[in-house]
Amino acid sequence: MHPAFSVIFLTTLIGVGQGLFLALVTGQTYAAVKIVPMQDPVTFFAWGSLVSLLFLAAGLLASFFHLGHPERAWRAASQWRTSWLSREVIVLPLMMAAAFAYGLLHYFGIDPVIWTSPEGTSLSLTLAVGLAGSVVAFALFVCTGMIYAAIRFLQEWATPLTVINYILLGGASGFTLAAAFAAWTAPELVRFFGGWAVIITVLAAGSRTASLVRNARLKPKSNLQTAIGVRHTRIVQKAQGAMGGSFNTREFFHGAPQAVFQAVKWTFLVLVFPVPLALLWAGMDGADRGLLAAAFAVQYVGLLAERWFFFAQANHPQNLYYQAA
Amino acid sequence: MTQLALVIDLNVCVGCHACVTSCKEWNTSGPAGYMSDDNPYGKDPTGTFFNRVQTFEVGAFPMTETVHFPKSCLHCEDAPCVPVCPTGASHKRAEDGIVLVDYDKCIGCKYCSWACPYGARELDEHQKVMKKCTLCVDRIYDESLPESERKPACVLACPTNARLFGDIHDPESEVSVAIREEGGYQLMPEWGTRPANHYLPRRKTRMHIHEDELQRADNPLKKEERLPRGPVTEPTLDDSTSW
Ligand code: SF4
Ligand code: SF4
Repeated sequence: MHPAFSVIFLTTLIGVGQGLFLALVTGQTYAAVKIVPMQDPVTFFAWGSLVSLLFLAAGLLASFFHLGHPERAWRAASQWRTSWLSREVIVLPLMMAAAFAYGLLHYFGIDPVIWTSPEGTSLSLTLAVGLAGSVVAFALFVCTGMIYAAIRFLQEWATPLTVINYILLGGASGFTLAAAFAAWTAPELVRFFGGWAVIITVLAAGSRTASLVRNARLKPKSNLQTAIGVRHTRIVQKAQGAMGGSFNTREFFHGAPQAVFQAVKWTFLVLVFPVPLALLWAGMDGADRGLLAAAFAVQYVGLLAERWFFFAQANHPQNLYYQAA
Repeated sequence: MTQLALVIDLNVCVGCHACVTSCKEWNTSGPAGYMSDDNPYGKDPTGTFFNRVQTFEVGAFPMTETVHFPKSCLHCEDAPCVPVCPTGASHKRAEDGIVLVDYDKCIGCKYCSWACPYGARELDEHQKVMKKCTLCVDRIYDESLPESERKPACVLACPTNARLFGDIHDPESEVSVAIREEGGYQLMPEWGTRPANHYLPRRKTRMHIHEDELQRADNPLKKEERLPRGPVTEPTLDDSTSW
């Protein structure tokens, strides 16, 4: 498939936004059960939510560049019964609303206790909103992943690993950002978020490698014989029905030389996993702001490469009709 | 239930592209608006087409055969492109099974084109909406046309009659009979999309002449000459079997 930059930015940016939101709520949950100290609602939670919201909004903005008719985008909410894309269109604004509400409640300190357990653990309004928002964040990851995993013709994508990768890669970048953000706003939580970032990054390395291994062994279900229905081992295409290119030759091929394709793969394998892990490891001691910010930046750039590769690797059966492209 | 479809006979298609040009002519002039055409006579011509004819060479020289392969939306009965559309612009009509795009609803997200294994959908580069074969839905029901012309433009244009049009759910229709009797098949059946359009394979008319047709098996001399006759008084084979 042709990797569209709008979609690469959309999926990576909202992944960071969702991951950061999950990190904030994780922090608050741990604080509620008194494992980590509670942070300042404004400098940590409200501004953290704002950063998350900005990433989500930037992703939304990027998505509009993908559409031929962005002015009609509202129509895309109508087919949620059947279309994962439609579901994403509904859940993304919900996610933004959740991040907005979570930040706003923290900012104004509207945080009444709404339930207390017999052991004395209390559930405050912001935490309840945060937990509800976390469900939305996971739902959004599932929608984004299923948009790709649901197309059975793209065998590289049609696997639960696609959804798992979206969750783990988005989560990893969000928690890495949370670690960097904490270096400025809540230094005592750097180890907490950094530790989670390391764990999720390692898990993501595992699942992404698993999908690479799976895809390397994939047997295409269709071939030229079934595509045109002629049973012969030697079929050569002589004409594609268009002298110049067509939508079919532009949309479904990445067009990069094999060397670039391979280079992007190794780039993301290095930039998403080992380098940020090393930077996180080094930066967690003494909450080094520069190192932690670099960990996030490197990982994000790596994720751009990862997403490019994700699209480029998918081989659409329609390409069988365009042997010369 | 009706399922309109094309049946394309690869045995007679000569690859003349008449269906391509008449499709484009009809549909670019229709009420749904033009179909883009950039640099039609320039260096890199590109544009929107509902139908394209491709050419394949089957076999190794000198045992080759050229197969011309017209390709358009197959109006799948289990159309995978329809449920994925977030706007409902892509739909399959209940009354005749035609898969259509509502150009006024389409947001040009291209998701449906990813969900079509056949590459039958093309985004119009200028109108930014998804386009595909409509089976000339604006023509086949037009009562101002004589009945014989209420067919898709490609079907009318084909000089070799390689394109048949009709209802594949009616077992006695021309298309159903052709599929049944001429070995009609579907493209990429492995995906379970159940394409409504079918293709008829290349068929060879071969005459089989057996050895014993050249040489009379009952010739005792194993030699082509008049059989020796017995005396006329003896009963012949005809005499004993013709009663
Ligand atoms: S051929 Fe493609 S566009 Fe046409 S109905 Fe089937 S899946 Fe949809
Ligand atoms: S491009 Fe148009 S028809 Fe296709 S899925 Fe998007 S909105 Fe639907």
